[in-house]
Amino acid sequence: MSKQAKILVFSTEKISDPAIDMAGLLKLHYSPQVYTIALRCSSSIKPRWIIHAFEKGFDGVFIAADGSDCAFSESCTEKTGNIVSQTHKLMQQKDIDPARLRMAAICSVCSESFVKQIKSFNEYLLK
Amino acid sequence: MEKRIGVYICACGGNISDYVDIEKVKESITGENAVLLAKTTMFACGDANQKDMDSDIRKNDLNGIVVASCSPKLHLSTFRAVSERAGLNKYNYVHANIREQASWAHSDDKPGATEKAILLVKAAIAKARHASSLEPIKIKSKKSVAVIGAGIAGIKAAQALSAMGDKVYLIEKESKIGGNLLNINRVNPESETGEEIVKRLSKEIENEENITLLTGHRITSGSGNIGDFVLTLKGNNNPGEDNFPEKEINVGSVLVATGFESYSPLTGEYGYGQLPGVVTLAQFNKLLKGQNGMSFVAFGKEVKSVAFIYCVGSREIKGDNKYCSRYCCSAAIQSALDLSERFPDSDIYHLTRGVRSYGKQELLYKEANRRGDLFIQFPDKEPPVIEEKDDKIIIKVKDILSGKRELEAETDIVVLVTGMVPVQDDNTGSIFKLPRGRDKFYNEIHMKLRPVETAIDGVTIAGACQGPKNASESVNSALAAAAKSHSLVSTGELELEPIVAYVDEDKCTWCDECSKACPFNAISVIEMFQKSIARINKSTCKGCGMCLPVCPTDAIELISFTNKEIEDMIDVLSQ
Repeated sequence: MSKQAKILVFSTEKISDPAIDMAGLLKLHYSPQVYTIALRCSSSIKPRWIIHAFEKGFDGVFIAADGSDCAFSESCTEKTGNIVSQTHKLMQQKDIDPARLRMAAICSVCSESFVKQIKSFNEYLLK
Repeated sequence: MEKRIGVYICACGGNISDYVDIEKVKESITGENAVLLAKTTMFACGDANQKDMDSDIRKNDLNGIVVASCSPKLHLSTFRAVSERAGLNKYNYVHANIREQASWAHSDDKPGATEKAILLVKAAIAKARHASSLEPIKIKSKKSVAVIGAGIAGIKAAQALSAMGDKVYLIEKESKIGGNLLNINRVNPESETGEEIVKRLSKEIENEENITLLTGHRITSGSGNIGDFVLTLKGNNNPGEDNFPEKEINVGSVLVATGFESYSPLTGEYGYGQLPGVVTLAQFNKLLKGQNGMSFVAFGKEVKSVAFIYCVGSREIKGDNKYCSRYCCSAAIQSALDLSERFPDSDIYHLTRGVRSYGKQELLYKEANRRGDLFIQFPDKEPPVIEEKDDKIIIKVKDILSGKRELEAETDIVVLVTGMVPVQDDNTGSIFKLPRGRDKFYNEIHMKLRPVETAIDGVTIAGACQGPKNASESVNSALAAAAKSHSLVSTGELELEPIVAYVDEDKCTWCDECSKACPFNAISVIEMFQKSIARINKSTCKGCGMCLPVCPTDAIELISFTNKEIEDMIDVLSQ
């Protein structure tokens, strides 16, 4: 197996994690260097967790966001976007390429989209 | 308190162990901080292992449990229940998903899958080290259910829910109830037609006080969660009337029974759409039903012979529909029996790929054989060929039983026995984000362990929207879904995870950011220790965590998702 980027995925219990599960069920293969931590909502991710992941050696962090499907609030997309912007600033201060943090809305049935996103992110990180 | 954790790694009967070396996973975690015992098991969810876990917890006074198995959607509650039975608070249990997110996702890379599984289990252990005993939060649930689709499954589910005392909204987009059942001439094993059954059921639900029937209505939007869904409906009886009033209903659970569509053959598929006399089974049933004379007349001639071609749009070798549609063999034989009963001199040919008339439906097959119908099994990859010659349809078919000898028959009508496909208009699926399987029908969480439940809490599925089923199988699943939906709304109360935010009073300097971020107004300001600090209302906090990242002093944490837990998991996964 060729070298793969190490990616941490923040998924959400109700929305994007079921899609990631279904990707497995459908045997839509992706790199085993992709690890998931499921949270309640993508708007709950603290920038310090993302920075911690980079400091510990992850090549990339992918936020599999709730988007407009968030069960908690319609403002989720905007709030997750703010977290990404805030983290990008911290990454720049620490000389980390902001493109190593990526976010996409992954709905509960978006298995193919998740795998596509991860593969494209992996390719970017390996460049 | 010192943590004593027990870890169980499941083989899932090969689903995990065929791709993940579970013995290596066990070796890798043995000796991890706080891990008292580690075991592999063929089926972690099986009775034997559950008893083993119960005994281990009591004997070793374990205060933390990790099971590495399938998705937590399937068995989180199973293992929490085991913990509780053994006297351990269920929130000391942590689940590691090494099937959907390791063995299956990386079945193409066994060493990679094993290494990933090791880290996932270690991360779960890291989380378990911080786990503590909690009490669930109780919320009110609406004692009502929306049943979407009023075919046989929807009607029977609505009746079952009503009988159990729930308020039911039965929503049907068409102007009348019955769905696909209306197109079936005679429903085996009874002599009633689909229309007669629907008529009887229609009368029954008219008298049900608990059922509000909303025909000609579509759902335009849905919001909320288990226990409290809000659906907006719009009548579509009057096309062109944009100002048709919208209606809002509030329910605790949603039961989806939107049925199926019949496969529509492609133009030219066995001459369909090109040769008169080539029809689908549904079209043939209508033709037969419309016959009033002594002889069968269709397409301007007397019909003396009919050939049924099976598995059209099902069990496809090259197409998308790989599945068997289950009902069509018996439905075709039933139509053939109806034909020979009305017109006994008809020549009837069944061109099959092996008849799958299981259970009591075998009696239909036996009867058709007794009456002299000719059954010919053709090879999967060599389907019959249809040609037109002198106003007659000629069928050429290779017969497996006579060593693929080509047989030729002249016929007046060719009936394409079409299978089931998912409903193309996916309005309901889109609104509730219902997952679909490889066959594109709605996916239940697990066919044996959690049938009729979906990944969306509070939404159940019934009937052929989940996959091909005959009428009686649809009713079975409808009753199962009704029981499940009822269990969610019956007590008017649901137990939710006690995952709420909490404030570090020393760190908090009250800036109001958390309060502004909270969608539930669960955060207010109080005076304490001569300063203003944030206070979380535990009964209104939903545990979304939106207040966490906006706090400039990092004074807010979420139970089970604290900095320590998340960062310890990251530390492990980064190894």
